[in-house]
Amino acid sequence: MIIANSDVILSVRNLTADVDGTPILKGLNLEIKAGEIHAIMGPNGSGKSTFSKVLAGHPAYTVTGGEVIYKGQNLFDLDPEERSRSGVFLAFQYPLEIPGVSNLDFLRVSFNSKRKHEGLDELDVFDFDDLVRERLDVVKMDPAFLDRSVNEGFSGGEKKRNEILQMALLAPTLAILDETDSGLDIDALKIVANGVNQLAKPENATLMITHYQRLLDYIVPDFVHVMSEGKILTTGGKELAQELEARGYDWVKAEDVAGVAR
Amino acid sequence: MTLHVASTDTVEKPMSAADQDRQAYLANLLAQRSSGGPDWLSEVRDRALSIVQERGLPNNRDEDWRFTDLSGLYKTTFAAAAEASLQPQDIESLMLADAPVRLVFVNGFYASALSTVETLPAGLSIQTLVNAAPAARLGQQQGMTEVFTALNTASFEDVAVIQVAKNQVIEAPIHLLFLTTGESPIVTYPRGLVIAEDNSEVTLIEEYAAVGAATYFTNAVTEVWLGQNAQLHHHRIQREAKTAFHIGKTAVSQDRDSRYTLTSLSLGGQMSRHNPLIVPTAEQTNTILNGLTLAVDQQVADTHSDLSFTGPHCTAQQVHKCIVDDRARAVFNGKIFVPKLAQQTNASQLSRNLLLSAKARVDTKPQLEIIADDVKCAHGATVSQLDDEEVFYLQSRGLDRDSACDLLVEGFAAEIIEQLPIAEQRQTLLDAVLSQIR
Repeated sequence: MIIANSDVILSVRNLTADVDGTPILKGLNLEIKAGEIHAIMGPNGSGKSTFSKVLAGHPAYTVTGGEVIYKGQNLFDLDPEERSRSGVFLAFQYPLEIPGVSNLDFLRVSFNSKRKHEGLDELDVFDFDDLVRERLDVVKMDPAFLDRSVNEGFSGGEKKRNEILQMALLAPTLAILDETDSGLDIDALKIVANGVNQLAKPENATLMITHYQRLLDYIVPDFVHVMSEGKILTTGGKELAQELEARGYDWVKAEDVAGVAR
Repeated sequence: MTLHVASTDTVEKPMSAADQDRQAYLANLLAQRSSGGPDWLSEVRDRALSIVQERGLPNNRDEDWRFTDLSGLYKTTFAAAAEASLQPQDIESLMLADAPVRLVFVNGFYASALSTVETLPAGLSIQTLVNAAPAARLGQQQGMTEVFTALNTASFEDVAVIQVAKNQVIEAPIHLLFLTTGESPIVTYPRGLVIAEDNSEVTLIEEYAAVGAATYFTNAVTEVWLGQNAQLHHHRIQREAKTAFHIGKTAVSQDRDSRYTLTSLSLGGQMSRHNPLIVPTAEQTNTILNGLTLAVDQQVADTHSDLSFTGPHCTAQQVHKCIVDDRARAVFNGKIFVPKLAQQTNASQLSRNLLLSAKARVDTKPQLEIIADDVKCAHGATVSQLDDEEVFYLQSRGLDRDSACDLLVEGFAAEIIEQLPIAEQRQTLLDAVLSQIR
């Protein structure tokens, strides 16, 4: 929802970034305020996923210019774990499997690292167990998944649900969903989308990275940005996504070129 | 110097100084050996003694010891262990409340004051004196001609004989604890014999540790006989002092339909070697081998497993994991032999290795010899460092880098440690692993 005069959560100014010396982000600008849901769409290779990983602090990406201010603070001053503890959450496109580490233990350690950061007491095994069982409902997850190793042997849909479960526990200020819809059948998509919608509040913000307009039928964005060649080319409302679906990305590129020509 | 040997057939290869040193070393060990026991045992011991003398001690020119250097062992002069007494409080941290039957051996001698065998469940019998051991079984298992095994047979003092009668299920794990204590370098020869009669089931925790010992040498042998349809859950925990040398044999035969599970942990010792040797002697057996080796500092930890099928329709799964840090070295050689007779064998072997430092080293060698033509056998080996993507995933969930690495190592180790039957011990061992790699 767009709320007048709400706080700016994320302000990205002229951001540039490299992977192994190859420039991927080439001057990206974006502002996200509390309560808003943003979607970034774009063709493969446009830099969408790179942007999400740069925000989360992935070590393989080097920021070469520009700035990102998160809640009034330089995001790049923070290590990945500090970003997480202060409310940045990245739902991975390909969640990792961690054999031998139980999902429940992993969730508890993660949850408590944030509690500690906030100066709160860590929850013990029993209290956490109660909490997590209650949150399972957000993504309709079978409790049996808690006792299994993190993501090990999970289907694509189960992994994505597990990401949203983590999000439900960590209650982030800025949730970044990196192609959370890719590879999901319609039932799984509805469950995941429903989970995300339940977690969207006036005091937090959501940034969806997606290749498909379909997701936006279930999580309705306030803003849609089209990204290409490491920049945001154009921004509009949810109707922009429908236009993209109908006319393809080339249309935007042509518009952009035309715009430059004028 | 080049030595020309002319056409004389009788010329013997001259002994090198190192060979002579090893022979003298062996002579010293043998001079101190125990020779107690009844007549039948004297025969067994004499046979073992002649094997030892004939073969001599190996060095890294022997294929089986190519990666593991024994020269450190040969540089230390060990005296025969004397009987030593420990107090119950000395072993308090090793006691397991959930394993009420406990047999403790100190320096190879049975310690009745530390053991609890007064009330045994029905169907379980325990002997500790060599005179009472069943003659037909002791020293009769496969692999008894290997030199360190024969050295044990020629030299051991007391023996843990654990026998489960036909059709009996022993619920609580049996704890077999072999301890070493003493100031000067000593050699001990722990010896175990497990007999699970037809249709019986039992769980054994066989543990090696030290109580305030200096440099010492444990040369251990456990023989296991599984009757038809018998089941043994065998947990072998080697947590010797970092100063120790440990060479151990686990020799198992499996009769028809029997199930054998071995969880083997190698954590201690400056040099350690474990040789599980499993021979299913009939059809439809199941064998599960889980191993975890931790090697840090300058430790060398070696596992040479050998599983040789002799009949059809048998299954086996083996997973061996090594965590190697600092300048340590781990060795895994996993032999699986599937002869023509062993049709319909379904076996898999996986060697997974985690190297935590640039100087850490692992030598892993799956060795599958398959003659039968209708079998399913798979093997694989991985050697890796901690995965940066996994570390980042955990960091993105609020864990700092060190905690993330700890959790990943814990997960790697836990897959094996979780097989142990007692929760309290699982936690102790997991903590012990983590404390070593921090």
